[in-house]
Amino acid sequence: MDQTMRERTGGRPGVPAAASHGEPTGAVAVAQGVHWIGALDPDLRTFDVILRTANGTTYNAYAVRGRDGVAVIDTVKEDFTEAFLARLEQVARYDEITALVLTHLEPDHTGAVPELLRRAPQAHIYVSHRGLMVLRGLLKDDLEHRAYTAVDTGDTVSLGDCTLAFLCTPYVHWPDTQCVHVPERRLLFTCDLLGCHFCDGRLFNDRVGDFRFSFEYYFEHIMRPFKRHVAGALDLIEPLEIDLIAPGHGPILRAHPRQYIAQYRRLVDPRLRAEVGRDEKTLLIFYVSAYGATARMAQAIHDGASENPHVRVSLYDLQGGEVAPFVNLIEATDGLVFGTPTINGDAVRTIWDLLSGLVDIETRGKLGAAFGSYGWTGEAVRMVEERLRGLRMQVPEAGLRIKLHPTDAELEACRDFGRRLSGHLTGHLSGHLSGSAAGPVAPKEIDMAALG
Amino acid sequence: MAKAKLTFSDVAITVNVPSGTRIIEISEKVGAGIIYGCREGDCGTCLTHIETGSEHLSEPSVLESKILKENLAGRHDRLACQCQVLSGEIKVRPA
Repeated sequence: MDQTMRERTGGRPGVPAAASHGEPTGAVAVAQGVHWIGALDPDLRTFDVILRTANGTTYNAYAVRGRDGVAVIDTVKEDFTEAFLARLEQVARYDEITALVLTHLEPDHTGAVPELLRRAPQAHIYVSHRGLMVLRGLLKDDLEHRAYTAVDTGDTVSLGDCTLAFLCTPYVHWPDTQCVHVPERRLLFTCDLLGCHFCDGRLFNDRVGDFRFSFEYYFEHIMRPFKRHVAGALDLIEPLEIDLIAPGHGPILRAHPRQYIAQYRRLVDPRLRAEVGRDEKTLLIFYVSAYGATARMAQAIHDGASENPHVRVSLYDLQGGEVAPFVNLIEATDGLVFGTPTINGDAVRTIWDLLSGLVDIETRGKLGAAFGSYGWTGEAVRMVEERLRGLRMQVPEAGLRIKLHPTDAELEACRDFGRRLSGHLTGHLSGHLSGSAAGPVAPKEIDMAALG
Repeated sequence: MAKAKLTFSDVAITVNVPSGTRIIEISEKVGAGIIYGCREGDCGTCLTHIETGSEHLSEPSVLESKILKENLAGRHDRLACQCQVLSGEIKVRPA
């Protein structure tokens, strides 16, 4: 990497790039008529604020040459436009480019699109239906001068002797994501799916060394919140004939590509059976207690909820565990209850740590509730409820707050709170929400006023 | 006040709403999967498919019609931040 490139990538002066193998000097053949024309970013250490990488990443773009034209699949981050175009120019003239396929419109893959279109104005753009609005945001008024088509699963574009077959695979991880299969060459472009932030100039999975940690880390933080959608994408991909998977980041998977698909399937499916009956709902109660009052409330809610034979209730003191295993538990549960005292006008940090960890999983539609003892003000319960709503959970019961230690009557109110929560899970309460995280149910009817 | 039934099929919830309610006022509260961008009819992010009952919705404004057209929206797609539920039974899901 030359000095100019290091400056463009934001590398630290005097700190050498960490890539164990340098950048390929030109385009790299990956299959018959298909070249990698992407870029290496070995200096990157943090991606999108949330992801760390110890050796950078790659922005993979590809050129597919058919008898009747050349398709460019994705581009690169804007800073790397020059390297991308230089590689493209090695394998195609701009006037040969008939198609520009954007698997999704995240900036790290579309940064060179405006410049590419300036040089290849005849290129027909293919995006998913959801991608159109982002494409408009990217190209602004220039879009009106471009040819573009929104495509869906089943749509194809012929390059003469090979075909681009589109697969609509939304939310893996952007809403507009699509994959592209080239059946004649038995290869699949998968955008961020099956990718990772791992930078090695040797490019191919059988040459770069062990990158499993990076592959699974990427899944955990990028794909896991969209497991349901990843499963849908795998349903489309698994039946295809594939000898090579070309993702948008990280190594190109040419050695046993199906094992990576199988690994994704394993990561999507529950690791262990939850040992919960088919007709049983699960309710987890997490609490933190300073003087034992919130703990007594938690126990009473547990006892009340457990009276419902169709709900499996579990009680956990958050001070006795790490956040990560609890996140795994929460991912598979139907309902969640958080108990927190109010300290300094806020819920305690242990609760917030767990709640902030839920960004990695799908929480939409789960049942949520909050409770807690307080001394003076008791804001914590409302604050936790707001967070649960922010996680798109349903919060049908107003949180239960009790001043100092609960009386016998208040403990009975806690048990009743637990009974009602279980009732919501099993649909025994009419006029309230009872949708669960798993499976479709007949619509439950509520009044707008009940939504608060 | 006239009422309508608005069903979000992705989360299987029906809400009884007064006539004139916009979908945006309800969808997030019930955890439906419709996502929003600008919330004022300009970006098209909240494109929503009307499964049944599109005749019970307010007519698209000039602004909504323009954004629907730009996004090549289908005949039964609307912007959840714009269209109002007027009467009857309407079933929607994210487009």
